[in-house]
Amino acid sequence: MKKNIFSIKNALLAGASFAILTVSLISCGGGTSGGSDSTASASGDDNTLIGAGSSFDNPLFSKQFSEYNKTNGLKINYQSVGSGAGIAQLTAKTVDFGASDAPMNGKQDSAVSGPVVHIPITAGAVAIAYNLPDVKDTLQFTADVLANIFLGKITKWNDPKIAAINKGVKLPSTGIVVAHRSDGSGTTNIFTTYLSKISEDWNKTVGKGSSVNWPTGLGGKGSEGVGGLVKQTPGAVGYIELAYAVQNNMPYARIQNKSGNYISPSIPAVSAAADIQIPADTKVSLTNTDAANGYPISGFSWVLLYKEQKYGDRSADRAARLVKLIDWMIRDGQQYSSALTYAPLSKAAVDAGEAQLKTVTYDGKPILQ
Amino acid sequence: MITRSDLPLRVINSSPEAIAKAKKRIARSFKQIRWENIFNKTLMIMGLIMIILVLGILFTLIVQSLPSIKALGLKYLWGKTWNPVEDIYGAWPFLLGTLLTSFLALIISIPFSIAVAVFLGEYHTKGWVPNFLKNAVELIAAVPSVIYGFWGLAVLVPMVRSFEGHVGADPLGVGIFSSSLILAIMIIPYAASLGRSMITLVPSHLKEAAYGLGATRWEVIRSVILPYTKSGLFAGILLSLGRALGETMAVTMVIGNSSAIPKSIFAPGNTMASVIANEFTEADKPVYLSALIELGLVLFLVTVVINLIGKRVIDRFTND
Amino acid sequence: MQAKSVKYRLGKSYGFQILTYILAFAIVVPLLAILFYIFRAGITRINWHFLVNIPKPVGETGGGIANAIVGSIIIILIAAVIAVPIGIMAGVYLSENRKSRLAYWVRLSTDVLQGVPSIVIGIIAYFWLVKPLRGFSALSGSVALAIMMLPIIVRSTEETLKLLPDSLKEAALALGVPFHRVMFKVIVPVGISGILSGVMLAIARITGETAPLLFTAFGNPYLSVNIAKPMQSLPLLIFNYATSPYTDWLNLAWGASLILLVWVLFLNILTKLLTRKWKVQL
Repeated sequence: MKKNIFSIKNALLAGASFAILTVSLISCGGGTSGGSDSTASASGDDNTLIGAGSSFDNPLFSKQFSEYNKTNGLKINYQSVGSGAGIAQLTAKTVDFGASDAPMNGKQDSAVSGPVVHIPITAGAVAIAYNLPDVKDTLQFTADVLANIFLGKITKWNDPKIAAINKGVKLPSTGIVVAHRSDGSGTTNIFTTYLSKISEDWNKTVGKGSSVNWPTGLGGKGSEGVGGLVKQTPGAVGYIELAYAVQNNMPYARIQNKSGNYISPSIPAVSAAADIQIPADTKVSLTNTDAANGYPISGFSWVLLYKEQKYGDRSADRAARLVKLIDWMIRDGQQYSSALTYAPLSKAAVDAGEAQLKTVTYDGKPILQ
Repeated sequence: MITRSDLPLRVINSSPEAIAKAKKRIARSFKQIRWENIFNKTLMIMGLIMIILVLGILFTLIVQSLPSIKALGLKYLWGKTWNPVEDIYGAWPFLLGTLLTSFLALIISIPFSIAVAVFLGEYHTKGWVPNFLKNAVELIAAVPSVIYGFWGLAVLVPMVRSFEGHVGADPLGVGIFSSSLILAIMIIPYAASLGRSMITLVPSHLKEAAYGLGATRWEVIRSVILPYTKSGLFAGILLSLGRALGETMAVTMVIGNSSAIPKSIFAPGNTMASVIANEFTEADKPVYLSALIELGLVLFLVTVVINLIGKRVIDRFTND
Repeated sequence: MQAKSVKYRLGKSYGFQILTYILAFAIVVPLLAILFYIFRAGITRINWHFLVNIPKPVGETGGGIANAIVGSIIIILIAAVIAVPIGIMAGVYLSENRKSRLAYWVRLSTDVLQGVPSIVIGIIAYFWLVKPLRGFSALSGSVALAIMMLPIIVRSTEETLKLLPDSLKEAALALGVPFHRVMFKVIVPVGISGILSGVMLAIARITGETAPLLFTAFGNPYLSVNIAKPMQSLPLLIFNYATSPYTDWLNLAWGASLILLVWVLFLNILTKLLTRKWKVQL
């Protein structure tokens, strides 16, 4: 028996040391990561908002939220899971707000339990990034060539159709690897809306939406996943938010717009496309712009939240924090756009967003005065 | 309540103190019996929890996939298109992707797992070399699948890509073939360790009889050990298969996530598990979500059947 | 027909022996390749800063994985707190009722549960906890992991107790010790190392699990200790960062992989030591 008791003691000792290790790890982690953290865990969790959705917005959001956290102490847990997931999780009421680059469609509207307001948060460009290590010049695509590449009809980089619009560029004979999103994505929606507008063939066979039945290519999860695929696969081409391409030094193509000009995605080119009348519900597509200097594959991105914020066990305080945050994002938060190659919202867009935000209520009373 | 009739005869007519003492003692043993019952009940309830969990999982999966079963019927299983935008849900590309990756992985891994089993069970059962190999097999089982996926993405995929370039396939790197390679490594331990313990169970008089007849070592292995253990090896392979079918993360990271029907083993694809991992949080329509859960239901049923057959075979083998 | 020469048969025998050696040791190659690669890629990232900081905004360099380490520890501890008592008691039940009809079904359920793919457990936890509670939470992740731990603990407890001599229990019972005290004071203590090794194995198994956490613990860029809210964990962080194009994120993921790997290997070695000890005691 003595031996056995000894072994229990040992076991208890092991357990205790494990627990101590854990506790010390937790406490030291909490202690060293800044004062705001420890106060947050002390004052309960209404100090954290949860958002999910568009990975298109993620670079901008994580900068904005990190800055907002520094000044206001509010923590925003934003998960870049794709616009489709953002809408689905808002519908399931598992998040405080969703973010999407595609406005909610009729089917999604009917699934959700109350009206949802769309606040335009930024405008960005969908860049066509490619990985051709030996090509130093910037490639150009016409709408038709782009559609055919993603339809799987142009399969080689030295296809005559590509060569014809890229005179003087030595194109390799390697195959084209198309990279697209595997998850529901507003970026996909912007891109496929554009392709549907300019290609009858695309419109008939694939159509537009946030997740379509791709005729060819590899799927990556999120803009991060597509960016990763393009970066790691020689011969790959994929569509990602401009910020991902710029931050990762990936080359991206110039695209011919409606006026016939080859436009490189940039802030002025997106602003030119976004300089339009904004309807009251703010649901508007910027693709295939008429502007002569506009980049044709641009789009707004929206933050989505319930118009009536009193649902479940939400406190008025939490609702107010959320609305205040979004108000900050469309005003002061815009200062972080340019550095990350997002186009700052135009005055018209901010006003439209503001008007929408003012319709948000808690228990019938407007939150933002 | 303790009544008079509960008392032993010899104390019934004795002093009140003695009766009180006896009552106390009896009360204590009643209490003990009650505790005993509570304890037994608790144990039983904990056991019941296991049954409730399994039934609960099955029930939840069935209920949640009803909308899709009702809307799509059986043609769901061999529908060739998965297009959530148009509300077309066909699981065939994923069933095919799952079967292709799993069986390819199995074919690649079997020679290795049997070799390990024979080595550890017959050639060298003791010493530091077999110990090293045994630990290596256990470590392979211990490495988390997300790490296999990450390593696969960084190391294996570029290798496969250049290989694909040589054989004239599209040099994608990611795809069915890469996933099968990763899976093959991951499932070796299951068949290997089971095979090893089965081989050690072969009665030595059988082997000795064969040696006595002048058989060589290989002949003993081929004609005595392998036939004797074949059901055990089969069970090990089934368990490996079960593991391969349900493996999610490593596959999701290297399979290429394409919902088209794979045209070759080098093409990108999707397995049932990987498509759930990719699309579950974003399913914004009831039928879409339900179709994904139906995939989970199919996966659940298939893996459960395979695992149960495997376990039955092992039980029969070890009880004989 | 003439029998093949002895030389030929012996040659064949040696040939196959060598082939077996080669195939058997070939499996060490990918293992060492993975361990080596992770160590090489991860070791340079790990420093104090890496361990105590949280990730920076997308595209900015620096930052660490403190949120994931703390999250993983919390999620796993809670999973263990849920699964260990249930698992051990169910295991005791099975070893005490070897022939009963209910035990047969419990055993069958345990086998079934062991084979359930982890992604399915994730779906289940989503419907049992995330949806009703209206929100992703670390707790729902812990429950999912606890469900995965259960069968391992149940079976290892049962197997351990089965191996104990009945005389041990009978002796105690004959002395008039109540059954539950026999369990807690005699049977379980004698088998404690075996049971603990099962628990350790179960923890090692779930430490690297990602799929059940995708729809439950969800992830969190901040350090959080509130189990009712989303929480980051090492496997989730690796999965999210591993597929991204950002070099800095990839570096974080390599460092996190190394920590996860060392953690899992440590638990496995601990399990081995416990098992060895338990064998000596028998």
